[in-house]
Formats: sequence, structure tokens, C-alpha cells
Amino acid sequence: MFRYIVRRLLGIVPTLLIVSIFIFLFVHMIPGDPARLVAGPDASYQDVELVRQELGLDKPLVSQYFTYISNLAQADLGTSMKTKRPVFDEIAARFMPTFWLTVWSMAWAIVFGLLIGVISATKRNKWQDYTGMFSAVSGISLPSFWLGLMLIQLFSVQLGWFPTGGNESWTGYILPSITLGAGVAAVIARFTRSSLMDILREDYIRTGRAKGLKENVVVWKHALKNAMIPVVTMTGLQFGFLLGGSIVVETVFSWPGLGRLLIDSVSFRDYPVIQAEMLLFALEFILINLIVDILYGVMNPQIRYE
Amino acid sequence: MENGTVIVQSEDQVIQHEAENVRTPLLEFWRKFKKQRMAMIASSFILLLFVVALIGPFIAPYSAVEPDYNNILSPPSMEHLAGTDAFGRDIFSRIIEGTRISLFVGLSSVFVGAVVGTVLGLISGFYGGRLDSIIMRFCDVLFAFPGILLAIGIIAILGPGLGNVIIAVAIFGIPTFARIVRSSTLAIKATVYVESARSIGAPAKRIIWKHIFPGTISSIIVYFTMRIGTSILTAASLSFLGLGAQPPSPEWGAMLSSGRDFLNTAPHVTFFPGLAIFITVLAFNLLGDGLRDALDPKMKD
Repeated sequence: MFRYIVRRLLGIVPTLLIVSIFIFLFVHMIPGDPARLVAGPDASYQDVELVRQELGLDKPLVSQYFTYISNLAQADLGTSMKTKRPVFDEIAARFMPTFWLTVWSMAWAIVFGLLIGVISATKRNKWQDYTGMFSAVSGISLPSFWLGLMLIQLFSVQLGWFPTGGNESWTGYILPSITLGAGVAAVIARFTRSSLMDILREDYIRTGRAKGLKENVVVWKHALKNAMIPVVTMTGLQFGFLLGGSIVVETVFSWPGLGRLLIDSVSFRDYPVIQAEMLLFALEFILINLIVDILYGVMNPQIRYE
Repeated sequence: MENGTVIVQSEDQVIQHEAENVRTPLLEFWRKFKKQRMAMIASSFILLLFVVALIGPFIAPYSAVEPDYNNILSPPSMEHLAGTDAFGRDIFSRIIEGTRISLFVGLSSVFVGAVVGTVLGLISGFYGGRLDSIIMRFCDVLFAFPGILLAIGIIAILGPGLGNVIIAVAIFGIPTFARIVRSSTLAIKATVYVESARSIGAPAKRIIWKHIFPGTISSIIVYFTMRIGTSILTAASLSFLGLGAQPPSPEWGAMLSSGRDFLNTAPHVTFFPGLAIFITVLAFNLLGDGLRDALDPKMKD
């Protein structure tokens, strides 16, 4: 087990390296002179040159990269062009709202996704299955920004049950997390259904039924346990979807999180913040995939020794 | 066309006219696909969408761009089926005109992503070795940026606009296609017929295009259809965020975004464009599901 974890950890090193190079080059890929971009359109030639030296843009690319990495190691992500504050502080202030939004979305998506998936698989080709799977494909097709705005219109404007945005009270979490979780719940439902249906065809399920186990025990204890292995992987990957989806949902609900910061930064062309956010999202995603991979190994011993 | 007797008839005709074609893959596919009612409805709807995209301006009851200041934000009525927006423009007509944009963005971006991804996947799977690990590493890096983030990053570099959205969404689709095609390539490479083609000295190019590529087509078609829905959704999201099509354009995401300010007084301005996106994406996803079940029953979500 220990060797398996070490191997997985080593496996992400090259990806991390290339991702960091990509993000480092990000500022250099923007058409035009990055120093002029940072200095602003009205800056004089001297100012631009000053900025160039300050940012180290006059040095060779390789040494710039090493400076970038060593700054990263010291949690120095540069200064925001918009607020002139350290990017690290900007991001740190926005991290928790996004984190909790993601967690709540995932929590309800797992509960409902599993439930719909299990019902659809056990009531195969009955009305429950058709309803469940039609809701699931609808969930995947729903534009989250539209769903969010319609929920606001109905529950905040018409009924006045929840706030239209912001995270001041816990009620503020309900609509955004429903909006964000809908797509994930749908994916989990579809995946649970197909995985569980495969397992329900296995011999040991027939044995369980033959020896007189209750259907509930067969499904929830024996079948679901094995059906969960691919579902866990899929669910882990959906975290990435949530991270991306939070960008749209936070804009709809005026959520003070990382996603809205990213959109604000893109429209302001605040490149240090964009760069740092891209890195953070990518790191989070790589980390989640790593955890999922390891969990997969824990759950399925066959994988570990391949 | 859809009941059992007709199926028998058509097979009879096939036997009479073209005896050698009794069970071509295409007929086999059609036989399975026809049974999927949802996918059949979805494909008729998509056909309708294409017709609307082609002849849109001729059938739209009003102009999509001309303002009408006597009719600002009027709710849905018999004259304006989906109401009017803040400039008094008929929303129904704008949705009809926007069909062309959404379909074009969806199709072109997936097409570019599919072509590049397929070529990379074929090369990666066929040649293996160092080339394979370089290509797969490249895909890993693209995959490291979750969801819409990669597209936003690309837009941040290229600047906002519909053209750049197409490029961004295309790049976003490359790694998925590359991985799918690579895994089918690996499976087909191990078959006896590829081995025999190789042993009679067929060049690599011929083996790839004549023997391996046709085997990967069914999974490419399924993912192509499924990705169209995702791409339309991603493009609409980017326009909603102000990074894609810009306001006067009747692009659905941009229309929806401009309705946000009137959500309290005129919810129809946001409702109908969103409904159009939803139904279109739903149709492509249902078609994708149907194609998957008909073409490749082993393939899962």
C-alpha cells in the first residue's frame, strides 16, 4: 500500500512540472509586451523599463522560471494589478466561500445521485427508471446560469424564501449549491445506474438472492459496495467540474469566491491574479485526482499490484 | 417507419435488391437506433434546428436587431410569442436567429477538437513509445485545468469574442478525443487483421487510415454528438460571463445575460433564451445516448 501511494505521488511530478511551466508562460503568451500590460497603457517608456526590471522580464526565460518557482515556494504570487495587494491575500480571502459551496454541492449531489441511480437500476425499464434517467440527462443539459437565475426568480423574488445572493447566512448556500450540484448529481445517477446494473448480473448476487437474503440487503449491502468502485472515481473527477462550474454559479449569485474573482480579473486583465487562480485550480484538481486514485487502490486491491 | 412490419418489409427489399448487403453495419445500426424513441425524437428536433439555422432570417416574424421603443420589455403575447427585450426586439425572432450561432459554434469547435484529437490519438496509440508519452503528457496537462477554466484561460490570452470562444472550446475537447481514440487504437492494433496487414508489408499510413481509423469511428461519432451539447453549453456560459459573443448579437448566452438586470420585472427575457439552450443541449445529449446504445453497447457514460 505504501509503495503504491509513493508511486502515485511520483507520477504527478512531471504533470506538476509541465503545468507550472504552462502557467509561467501564460503571461508571455498574451500578445504584446507583458511589461507594458503591467505598467498600463499610459505609462512612459522609462516606467515600462522599470516594470520590466522589477518583474525580471529582462532576464532569460529559464532564470525567470526559477525565480517564479522559488517565489511560489515562499507563497509569493505577485501583486494584483487592480487592488495593488498581494495576490496571495486576495485569493486566501476568497478560498473558504468557494470551498464550502463546493462541499455542500457535492454532498447533496452524492445523496440524490446515488438514490436516483439505485432506484433506476433496481426498477430497470419501469417508470421510475425512465423518470430518473430523463431527469439525469436533463440535469446534464441544464445551463447552470439559467437554472440559478430561475431559482432566484422563483424562490427569492416571488416567494422570498432565500436571499438572491451572497453568503451572509446559511440560507444563502441553498440555491447556489442546488444549482452547482445538479449536473454532478445527474452524472452520479447515470454512472451508479450502469455500474449497479452490471453488478446485479453477477453470480454472487444470484447466490445472495437464492439463499433468501432480503432484496434490500442484496442491493444496498452486497451489490452497491462493489458498484461503488467506479462511482467513487467518477465522483472524484466531478470535483473538477464543480471547480469550473463554481465560476459561473458564483457570478450568478454574487458569491464572494474564487470563481467570481477570476471573472473580475479576466475582465480587468489582472494577469497575476488570473495566473495564480489557474495554478490553484489546476493544483486542486491534480490533488483531488491523486486522492481518488489512491482511494481507488484502497477499495480495489487488484489495482495496487498491477 | 417505426412499427415492426415495416422493418420486415425493408429487410425483404434489401434481400431482393442487394443480397450482399443484408447485414451491413449501417443497417444493423439503423435497426438498433430506430428502437430508441427518445433519440428518434431528439434527431428530428435537431433536424428542425438545422432547418431553422439555414432559413432563420426568412421565417423570423420580426427583425432580430431593429429596436422598437414602443414595445420595451413587453411580456409574451400573441404578437410577441416570447415577449420583447429592453430594446423592444422580439425575443422569439432573436432566438431563431441565434440558432445559427449556437449550432455553428457547437459544431465547428467540436469538429476542430475531434480532428486534432483523433490524429493525436491514432499516432499515440499506433506508434507508442516516446511519442505516445509526450502526447499523453500533453493531454494530462490540458486535463489538469478543470471544466471551463481552460477555456477562460485561453480567452484571457486571446481576448473575448465568439471566434476565440470557438478556439478555446476546440482546444478544450482535444484531450478527450485523443484518449478515446488512443484506447480504441490500442485495442484494434492487437487484432489479427492488423497483424496480417502488417505482415504483408502495408505501410504504417495505410494501416492507420484503412484498418485502424474505421474501427474508431463509432466511438468518435458518439463522443462527437455528446460533445456538441457540452460545447454549446460552454460557449453559452462564456457568453453569459461576458467573454464570448457581445450584447447586440442574438447569441443565446449573451441574450440571457442582458436579461439579468430585468429579472424582477421581466423574467421572460432570461427564461426563453435559457430554454432554447436547454432543449438544444438536451436533444444532442439524447441523440448521443441513443447513438451510444446503438453503436457501442459496451461503452459506458
